[in-house]
Amino acid sequence: MSSVADAHAADHHDHGPAKGIGRWLFTTNHKDIGTMYLVFSFAMFLAGGAMAMIIRAELFQPGLQMVEPAFFNQMTTMHGLVMIFGAVMPAFVGLANWMIPLMVGAPDMALPRMNNWSFWLLVTGSLILMSTLFMDGGAPNFGWTAYAPLSTTYGPDSTTFFIFSVHILGISSIMGAINVIATIINMRAPGMTLMKMPMFVWTWLITAFLLIAVLPVLAGAVTMLLMDIHFGTAFFDAAGGGDPVLYQHIFWFFGHPEVYILILPAFGIISQIIPTFSRKPLFGYTSMVYATAAIAILSFLVWSHHMFTVGLPLPGELFFMYATMIIAVPTGVKIFNWITTMFRGSISFETPMLFAIGFVVLFTVGGLSGVMLAIAPADFQYHDTYFVVAHFHYVLIPGAIYGIFASVYYWLPKWSGRMYSEALGKAHFWLSFIGLNIAFFPMHFLGLAGMPRRYADYPIQFANFNQVSTIGAFLFGASQLLLVFIVYRAVKNGPKADAKPWEGAEGLEWTVPSPAPYHTFEQPPRVD
Amino acid sequence: MSSNQSYYVPESSIWPIVGSIGMFLTFFGLSTLLVNQSNGDPTTTAWVVFTIGALVLIYMITGWLRDVIRESRAGLYDAQMDRSFRQGMSWFIFSEVAFFAALFGSLFYIRFFAVPWLGGEGAKGTANMLWEGFQAQWPLLSNPDNSQFAGPDSVIGPWGLPLLNTLILVTSSITLTLSHKALKYDKRKQTIYWLAATVALGAIFLFFQIEEYIEAYSHLNLTLDSGIYGSIFFLMTGFHGLHVLLGGIILFVVLMRLIKGHFSAHDHFGYEAGAWYWHFVDVVWIMLFVFVYVI
Repeated sequence: MSSVADAHAADHHDHGPAKGIGRWLFTTNHKDIGTMYLVFSFAMFLAGGAMAMIIRAELFQPGLQMVEPAFFNQMTTMHGLVMIFGAVMPAFVGLANWMIPLMVGAPDMALPRMNNWSFWLLVTGSLILMSTLFMDGGAPNFGWTAYAPLSTTYGPDSTTFFIFSVHILGISSIMGAINVIATIINMRAPGMTLMKMPMFVWTWLITAFLLIAVLPVLAGAVTMLLMDIHFGTAFFDAAGGGDPVLYQHIFWFFGHPEVYILILPAFGIISQIIPTFSRKPLFGYTSMVYATAAIAILSFLVWSHHMFTVGLPLPGELFFMYATMIIAVPTGVKIFNWITTMFRGSISFETPMLFAIGFVVLFTVGGLSGVMLAIAPADFQYHDTYFVVAHFHYVLIPGAIYGIFASVYYWLPKWSGRMYSEALGKAHFWLSFIGLNIAFFPMHFLGLAGMPRRYADYPIQFANFNQVSTIGAFLFGASQLLLVFIVYRAVKNGPKADAKPWEGAEGLEWTVPSPAPYHTFEQPPRVD
Repeated sequence: MSSNQSYYVPESSIWPIVGSIGMFLTFFGLSTLLVNQSNGDPTTTAWVVFTIGALVLIYMITGWLRDVIRESRAGLYDAQMDRSFRQGMSWFIFSEVAFFAALFGSLFYIRFFAVPWLGGEGAKGTANMLWEGFQAQWPLLSNPDNSQFAGPDSVIGPWGLPLLNTLILVTSSITLTLSHKALKYDKRKQTIYWLAATVALGAIFLFFQIEEYIEAYSHLNLTLDSGIYGSIFFLMTGFHGLHVLLGGIILFVVLMRLIKGHFSAHDHFGYEAGAWYWHFVDVVWIMLFVFVYVI
C-alpha cells in the first residue's frame, strides 16, 4: 500500500478482487465491505435471536424452569444491544455500502479506507460486547438502556467492557455515516440533483445526519457512567448533587433519534420496492423527502416520552406528549403515499413486495400503539409493561427487519447475479408474518393487564398469553433459518438473473449487469 | 455532484485492520485495567496489553497518514477527492460539537433542575426530604451527603488563570489566522513562524491548565470525587484539554510538514483541517469560560 506512487497504482482499476483472505481484510471496495456488513449483521441477528429464544423459553411457563433470573436479565440486555448495534444498524450500513454508490452513479464510497475501518471496528466492538458473556459476574444485566444506578452502583464488572464497546461501535457508526454523507453530497453522477435521488439515498442521508448528531451524545452518557464507576464522580448520584434522571435524559436524547435511525432506511427501501411492483412512480416523492426530514427534526424534541413516569414537571409531560403525537403526521404522510402508490397500480406480489406490504400494515399497528404510549396519562398505565415490548417489536420487526428482508430479496439478484426461489421466499414471508403476530400481538394484552417487562417469572394469570407468544416466537425464529437456506441456495445454483430482473424497477443500479461488476461507474453515467 | 473522469480509489490498505486490532487491545486492556484496579487485583498484564494496543494505534495512525500524504504529494487526488476530505473533516467536527453539546446540556440540567430540586424547589421539592436542610447553591460547595462526597473548599475563580488561558487561546486563533493568510500569499517563513507561535500558545495553555488542576487538587479540595461541581468541572475542562492536546499535535505535524516544504498557496487541505479543528477547540473554550467559570 505504501508504494502508491509506483506504476501499478495507475492501472489498479483493471484488477478484480484480490485473492484469499487479504481481499476481505484489506479491501476498500464498497461491494466487498457491503457484503461483509450484511453477513456479519445476519450472524449477529441469529445470535440475538438465540437470546430471544432463551427469554421466550423461560417465559413459556410461570416459575423458573431453565435459567437463573440473573442470566435472564443478561439475555434481555444483550438481546437488545446485539439486535440494535450488531444486527439492524450494520445491516443498513451494509445496504448503504452496496447500493448508494450504485444508485448515485459513483465508483465507490467517498472515503474507501475509512469505510473498511468502520466495518472492522464494528467487529472489534461486537467482540468486546460478546466477550462479556464469558466474564466473572456475567454480561451487562441492566437492560440495553443501562440506567444508573443499575449500571453504576449495581452493575457487574463487565459494565466497563460494555461502555468501551459502545464507544467503539459508536466510532464505527459515525465513520460510516460520515462516509455516506460525503458520498451522497460529493459523488453523485452529473445530472443527479438532490431531488432526483432515489428515496433510499434520501433516507440514508438523513439517517447519517442523525447518527453523527446523537452517537456522540451516547458516548458522553456512557463516559459519565464510566466516571461514576471508576473515578468517584457524582453525575448520577444524588448524594453528591447529581441525578440518576440526568442519565435518562442524555440517554434518550440519543435513544429517540436512534429509533428513527433504525427505521428511516427501511422507509427508503419500502419507497423503492412499492413503486417497482406497483409499476407506478412513487406517489408524492417531494412530500416523502420532507416527511423524512420532519421526522428527523422532531426526533430531537420528544425524548422524554420515554420517561413520563420519572416525575417530570407537568409542562414537560405536556410538551413531550404533544410533540410526540405530531410525529404521527409526517409518518401518516408516508403511509398514505405508499398506499396511494399501490392504488390502481398493476401490482404483483413477489417476495420483496410481500414484505413491503407486510411492512406497511404491521408498522402502522406499531405506529398506532406508539400514539397510545405517547398519551402521558395513559402511559402511566402502560409504562414498562409488555405493551411497550409489543409496541417496539411491532415497529422494529415489521419495520426495520422486514425492510432489510425486503431489500435482500429485491437486490439479491443484483448482488449475486442469481434469483432466489420465489416459492421459498413466499414461505419465508408467511411463516415470519404468522409467527411474528402470534409472538407479539398477545403481548399487548399482557401489558394492558399489567405484566411488567424484564422479569423471568410472572403470576399464573399471564400464563396462557405467554405460552401463545412463545410458540409464535419459536415459529418466527425458526423461519429465519429458512432465509439462510434460501440465500445459500440462490447464490450457489439459483437461475441467472438479468441486469433488471424486476420489470417495473427504475434507477441506475439496474443499468449495470447482474452480478454488479467489481468496479462500477468508473466513468460517471449521465442522469437526465 | 461529480465532475471528474477518474476518482482515486486506493486498492487496498492494511491500516484499517491494524487500527482495529489496536483498538481491541487498547480498550480491552484499559477495561481490564480499570476493573482490576477497582477490585484490587494485579494490573500488570492489563497495562502490557493496553500499552501494546496504544503503540499499535500510533503505528497505524502514522502509517495511514504517511500513505495519504504520499498519495497527495504524488498528485493522485483531484478536486473531488479534496471535497470528500473536506466533507469528512466538517462532519467529524460536527460530531465533536454534538459531544460537547451533551456535556453542556448535562451542566445546565444539573444547575437549573437537579440541584435546585434537591434543595426543595418546585412541585417536586419533596426530594428535599432525602437530605433535609440541603441548600441548593452554585457552585455547589456543600453536597447533600457530605460524608459520601466531601464538598470542595472553594472553586477556581474565573479572573485568574482561566482569564489568562482565554486570552492565550484567542490569541492562538489570531496567530493561526495570520499564518493561514501568509500561506495563501505563499509567504512560507511567516506561515511557519505564526504557526509555531500557535502551537507554542497551545502548549502554554495546557501547562496552565495542569497548574490549575494541581491547585484544585492540592489546595482547594476540588477533585473528581468532591460532588457534582468537581465532576462536571473536570469532565468538561478535561475533555476540552484533551482536544487542545489533539489539536496541538495536529498543528505540530502540519508545522513539520510545512518545514519539509509541503503545502502550497492553493493546495493545503491538511493545514486547513487542522486550523478548523483548532478554531473549534477555541470556541468550545470560550463557551466553557462563560458557562463553567464565570456564570
